[in-house]
Amino acid sequence: MALAAKWKNMRASTRKKLLMLGGMLVVFAILQLLLSLDLLSNQIQSWLVPCCYNIILAVSLNLTVGILGELSLGHAGFMCVGAFVGAFVSKYFDTVNPDLSAWIRLPLALVLGGIVAGLFGLIVGVPVLRLNGDYLAIVTLAFGEIIWNLFNVTRVSLDNGSFRVGVGGTGLSNLSADAVPLVDGSLGITSVPRLGKGGFAIAFVLAFLTVLLVMNLIHSRTGRAIKAIRDNRIAAESIGINITKYKLIALVVSAFLAGIAGVLYAHNAGQAVATQADYGYVMSINILVFVVLGGMGSTLGSMIAAVVLTILPEWLRFLSDYRMLIYAVVLIGMMLVNGSPAIKAVVDRGRQVVKQKIKNLFIRQPKKEA
Amino acid sequence: MALLDVQNLSIRFGGLQAVDQFHIAVEQGQLYGLIGPNGAGKTTVFNMLTGVYKPTSGTILLDGVDITGKNNVQISKMGIARTFQNIRLFNEMSVLDNVKVGLHNQVKCGLFTNILRLPGDYKTEKKMNEKAMQLLEVFGLQDDVKLRARNLPYGKQRKLEIARALATNPRLLLLDEPAAGMNPNETAELMQTIRLIRERFQMTILLIEHDMRLVSGICERLTVLNFGSVLCEGETSAVLRDPEVVKAYLGE
Repeated sequence: MALAAKWKNMRASTRKKLLMLGGMLVVFAILQLLLSLDLLSNQIQSWLVPCCYNIILAVSLNLTVGILGELSLGHAGFMCVGAFVGAFVSKYFDTVNPDLSAWIRLPLALVLGGIVAGLFGLIVGVPVLRLNGDYLAIVTLAFGEIIWNLFNVTRVSLDNGSFRVGVGGTGLSNLSADAVPLVDGSLGITSVPRLGKGGFAIAFVLAFLTVLLVMNLIHSRTGRAIKAIRDNRIAAESIGINITKYKLIALVVSAFLAGIAGVLYAHNAGQAVATQADYGYVMSINILVFVVLGGMGSTLGSMIAAVVLTILPEWLRFLSDYRMLIYAVVLIGMMLVNGSPAIKAVVDRGRQVVKQKIKNLFIRQPKKEA
Repeated sequence: MALLDVQNLSIRFGGLQAVDQFHIAVEQGQLYGLIGPNGAGKTTVFNMLTGVYKPTSGTILLDGVDITGKNNVQISKMGIARTFQNIRLFNEMSVLDNVKVGLHNQVKCGLFTNILRLPGDYKTEKKMNEKAMQLLEVFGLQDDVKLRARNLPYGKQRKLEIARALATNPRLLLLDEPAAGMNPNETAELMQTIRLIRERFQMTILLIEHDMRLVSGICERLTVLNFGSVLCEGETSAVLRDPEVVKAYLGE
């Protein structure tokens, strides 16, 4: 009873958050159970971690696009930074000290990857977010393209305990025979230690934390300030909200989380290779599609869209040549369903009916007996 | 000394002298009206008082402190709050959240406290909820707290905007045409509300208005602005009888 009362007294946002997180836990528990019983095909197993990092990417981009209301077209750029920094950290420790436990190596890679990506968010944001208008879209688009191209030509070698860094060309000159290439230009960072068996659990914990922290942020003093800027900048300023500060907070947190997703991405693939498909604007647009289809500003929507759109193109592989065609049709269908008031009415009515039925379960039964 | 003391305030946009040598002195607790024909520069004066525009010349003293040229965030913190001619609410946010954003600078609680839901977050959230509910009750909005601001009827939107402005705990409240678009009943109710705010919060209010019934009903003093400069000022009844003012409004 006490719990029920507590539930009633909670903020509506807190109730929603707990339901969402609870749902995530249930799904995770089921999948983990199936995984441990070895009931999942290899194909399905390979979707699990991508679903998690795409959830992180979608939820974090939603913070910029849906909550702050600024268009970012370079989310994959922040992810790229995280992927390379994280892969580099892991590769370095794996080279120098292979005995180092993954429990130390991986968290370090995640934190550093996130922080450096966040710093890039700051660098991009400081000049751009002082302006109003679509400048962020333009600058992040350019940033995203520059960053993967930059990593594509970067070379770092470990030569007798010291780093040798170079950009472009065919390689670093005057390396000793036992030099180890860590980042090798267009070949990227190879043989990064993989996540291994517990990969899904790790990725899930990160996705779970991301959703938790982002929901906390959205429904807080800081989050309200960010939403106020989105809804009406002039009014927000008039009540004393520092516009640039809160825009920057949103962008940096968003970039930080994208960096973490990048670290996961690299460790799942076992490599970080800077290509257009992985980190270019195509990927950025893909993430944006998660957010837009999920309904801008909706964390739950972003999550669901991320999962569905991660699995769908893979699942449609049996259609071979028609795969992308069907995918496009499904996208358009989702868009129509999402925005249609008629379908929304049906869903709302369904929700009411279910709510009433649940209520009846608890309330009406004793009456019947009497 | 006056709470708001403005001297020789002027602003120029390129070749247009929008406001020229404006002056006003609003005493603590006064209900002061700023009137004038369309395009006279009334809203421009508000924009200078709240730091949206930087005046070309002149000084603005709030309680003896020079606030000329400060930006709108600083001025909000120093105690001037405003509403807008065309209502500017946070439309997608709830009524309660609109007021809570207004309380933003009344509490201290940083990003990490928010994200990690440290005890400070619950404490400030509780404090903000209580304060916001108190304010909303004054305006009779306590039953609409969960609605989105955009779904409120027009009159309530006006009230919510005033509630949000009051949430910043101002010393001076600027209302830009609060009765714009209201029917006579709503205007009468608004007059009650403005009187109520003034008594309840001992608020000093400076308002722009075209509705003469409202102006003559509640304002104690008026300043009339015409083509960017002060035409006349004084007691409400005297100003409204002034032949120059009648000429400016109605023509010859």
